[in-house]
This record gives sequence, C-alpha cells and structure tokens, in this order.
Amino acid sequence: MTALRIILLSSLIVCAVAASFSKRLLTSVVIYMAFSLVMAVIWLILESPDLAITEAAVGAGVTGMLFYIMLKKIRSIQTTARPDDDRDGEQD
Amino acid sequence: MSREDPRYAGSRWDKLARWRRGEYDPTAGRLELREPDFAPRDELQKLRKYAAQTERDDRYELGLDTRLRGFRRVYLAAAGLLAVFLAALLLVTVSWLPQFGDYTAPEHNEVARRYIEQGLEETGAVNIVAGMILDYRAFDTFGESCVLFIAVCCVLMLLRVDKEEDPHSMAAEDMSDRYFEPHREVILQMAARVLVPVSLVLGIYVVLNGHISPGGGFSGGAIIGTGLVLYLTAFGFERTGRFMNETTVKLLTVSALTFYCFAKSYSFYTGANHLSSFITPGVPGAILSGGLIVYLNICVGVVVACTMYCFYVMFRKGGF
Amino acid sequence: MGSSILTNFEEIASVLLFVIGMIDLLVQPNLVKKIIGLDIMDSAVYLFLAAKGYIAGRAAPIVTDGILDAAHYINPIPAGLVLTGIVVSVSVSAVMMALTICLYREYHTLNLDEIMMLLRRREADETLRLSGRNGEGTPS
Repeated sequence: MTALRIILLSSLIVCAVAASFSKRLLTSVVIYMAFSLVMAVIWLILESPDLAITEAAVGAGVTGMLFYIMLKKIRSIQTTARPDDDRDGEQD
Repeated sequence: MSREDPRYAGSRWDKLARWRRGEYDPTAGRLELREPDFAPRDELQKLRKYAAQTERDDRYELGLDTRLRGFRRVYLAAAGLLAVFLAALLLVTVSWLPQFGDYTAPEHNEVARRYIEQGLEETGAVNIVAGMILDYRAFDTFGESCVLFIAVCCVLMLLRVDKEEDPHSMAAEDMSDRYFEPHREVILQMAARVLVPVSLVLGIYVVLNGHISPGGGFSGGAIIGTGLVLYLTAFGFERTGRFMNETTVKLLTVSALTFYCFAKSYSFYTGANHLSSFITPGVPGAILSGGLIVYLNICVGVVVACTMYCFYVMFRKGGF
Repeated sequence: MGSSILTNFEEIASVLLFVIGMIDLLVQPNLVKKIIGLDIMDSAVYLFLAAKGYIAGRAAPIVTDGILDAAHYINPIPAGLVLTGIVVSVSVSAVMMALTICLYREYHTLNLDEIMMLLRRREADETLRLSGRNGEGTPS
C-alpha cells in the first residue's frame, strides 16, 4: 500500500515539474490533466471517494476543457486579428 | 569539434563563445515588439525638456536593457532561494506532524465523532460528507454556490459581446466562432448522440444519489455541464439554443440559488434544536430520505451545470 | 527532524507540489503556465488537508449496514472542506483564463514581461503625446 502511495505521489511531482517545463502550452495542459487524474486516484487511496469523483469530473474534465477552449480562442484571435504574419512567439 | 572545422561557425559552441564575448545576442530579432515610431534621437532631445520624465525608448527593449537583465537574474535567484527556504521550513514542520493515519492525532476530536454518530439520524444522509456539507454546513455551501455564481458574472462581464451594442464585434465573434466548428461534423454528432444521454443520465444519477453514494451536487453538476457542452460542440448553437439559451441558463441559476436560500433559511428557523419542522430525515438509504439534502443537491447540481456551460459558451463565442 | 518524516509521504509531496507551483507562479512569464502553477498549489493544499483526515485501517465516511460508532470511519471534516475547495479553484481558474483572453485580445501576447513592456511604452507614448501637444507639434 505504501509502495503504491509513493509511486502515485512521485508521479504527481513528476507531472507538476513536467507541466512547468514543457515548451508547448498544449502539452503542459495535457500534463496538468494527467496530474489531476493521478490526484483523483490518490483521493481514492485516502478513503474519500467524494473528492475522487469531484476532482475527476471537475479537475480534469472542466478545467482541461476550459484550457483547451482558451488556447483555441487565443489561436483564433491570433489568426483572425493578424492573418498576415503567423507569429510563433506563443507556442500553443 | 575543433575550431578549424567548417561546421563550427554556426554551432552552439561558437554561439556560446561569441555570446560570452558579447558579440552574439540571443534575443535580437526574436522579440515581436513593434519598432518605436519615435523621431530621430536629436529631435527627441529637443522634446525631452517639454516631455514629462519619460524614460529613454530602449528602456522598453526587453532584452537589451542591461538593468532589466540584471534584475531578471536577481529575481530568479531570489525566487529559488525563497522556494528552497520555504520547502525546508515546511518539511521540518511536516516531520513534527503526527504520523500519517494514526487515530490519536489531535484533529480527530469530538466534532468528527459527533458528525459520524449523530449524522445519520439528524440529517438522514448515509453519506456523512454530503450530510455535513448540505445540512450541518448548508450555509457555507450556499456561500460556495454564490462564489460559482459570482465567477460566472465575472466571466460574463469580461468576455461578453453584446449584440445590440457593437454588432461589428459580434460579427467578428461569429466569424472567429466558425474557427471552432469541427470539420467533419458527422463523426462528432454520431459520438455525441451516444455519449450525451449517457453522461446526462450519469450526472443526474450522481446528483440524486448525493446523500447515499459518494458524489453529490458538485460532481454531478460538472458531469451534466460537460454533457451539455458535448451536445453544443456537436450540434452547434442553433440546435442547443432551443433549450439552453440565455434566459433558461439565467432562470435556472437564479431560481436554484433562491430556492436554496429559502429552503435553508426555513430550516434555520424550524429545523434546528428541536423546533417542529415538517422536513423529516426519512428512511435512511431511500432516495427522498435526506430531508432537504436531495433538493439542495439538485440546486447545487443545477448551479454547477449552468456555470460550466456558461463558462464554455463565454469562452467560445462571448454570447449564447 | 521529527520521526514522522518517514511516514508522512502525502505531506511531503504536498509541500513539494506547493513549492513547485509557487516557483511556476514566480518565474514563468507565460500566463497559462501561471494558471497551471496556481492550480498545482491548490491541489497541494487540498492533498495536505485530506491526508490529515485519513485514519489508517478505517473506511470512507459512508454509513455501511448501520455501524454508527466513530471508530469505523475516517475523519469526514477535511473531505467536506476540500470538496467545496476544488469547485472554487475551478471557478478561480476560469476567471483567470477569461482575464488572459482579454489581455491577449489587447496585447496579442501571453508573455507577461512583454505585456508590461508594451504597457510602459504606451505610457511613455502618452506622456510624449501630451507633452508634445503643449510643446510645438508631436513627433512624426
């Protein structure tokens, strides 16, 4: 049991570090959703299923979706506003 | 790779050597700052004595200003130092905390015992956490639902594009919304036809069973919200506008919140400390057993679902 | 150095996550990364809270077949706190994202340092223009 806890917690930390070091925004958002999923499993191990369902439905589900929509919106503002020079300043 | 090697010219080591000598500036040409449309420098001198205390224009070049680059390095060092110090401090305190999972820890006190022992017969909720959230601490959850409502208002204010005020930006929004249209609609629509009812039924189940099995208003509402979002992505705004347009979302949210407020204020006057009230905890385990909890769960579920749906619509098109 | 550092893995992990999130907030210039950093800090605090409520060898706080004594279940109070916390942190990040979209619509960049630079440049232009008006003519 403690081995499983250690593995999950270390994967949490790896996800957190990876999310902040990844170059593209899309990958850091996907890694953040994986982080939230691992967090949902940890809630289960800590014997609080309420939190697991809420974290899974709200953490990975809604926050991830909002991140996608925001990146999509930024890309659409970028292309509609300045169709001429496709700047690669923001990697998304 | 020795220096005489022809490929050395463009290699990293060469860049590094030149950067150390100060000839190669990695940020030159990489920044998209617009060129300053200032007059030539001498004319600028003339203007300076009239102008208020304006800094020199290369102050704003991100990479070039040595003072800024120095600050950046100090800032990074300070952030690292603060992080290491905070981590060490917290880890020391963590090492003095009670062991993980031992029952003698001070926070397992009489409050938790009271909730568990009298929770069932007072609130009628089998799931003690749901009973705690929606009956003992219903006022706190009411505040939390208001936080969700305020978040929706903030996003509405920030991203809303009004049809009447500026039709131009509304047209721009519609045009940029076309950007979101999935190219091959059929696949998404087939998948949505299967998935949307499943997720809505699951969401309703999770909301209704909030006081029996784990779940409750929040997660159920989020599942229903994402189900509606999937329907909207697949079938577009016109078809969802039939049942989920602006008025229904507003109506649903406000009515759910007001019902929550009246239901809870009623039970404040009657339900607490043995005053008579017709809300009975009912048979534990049955669907309608949690007294007010089922209805409050439904209200919270409705608020959360409308909030998530409204976030999505506001982010995508700024209007319903 | 107390003895319980060998067993409190969750607390150690939550401290590390908190610090990682804080570094993210402090150092990353990109706005989206800052939002992710703040979410990681949120999750770290919730992990700490829920780990404090856990009691080894006891079941989740759902009354099963009528057992009512408190020695059978874990402490439900942190679970209640964290449940509302998770939903609040979603609405906080939603408002942050809305602000990021507005900033991007205005400054066309997600890099906060560049936004500050553009802001200061506009102030300087503004002062120049004002001074230019009471001086003789504005710069070309």
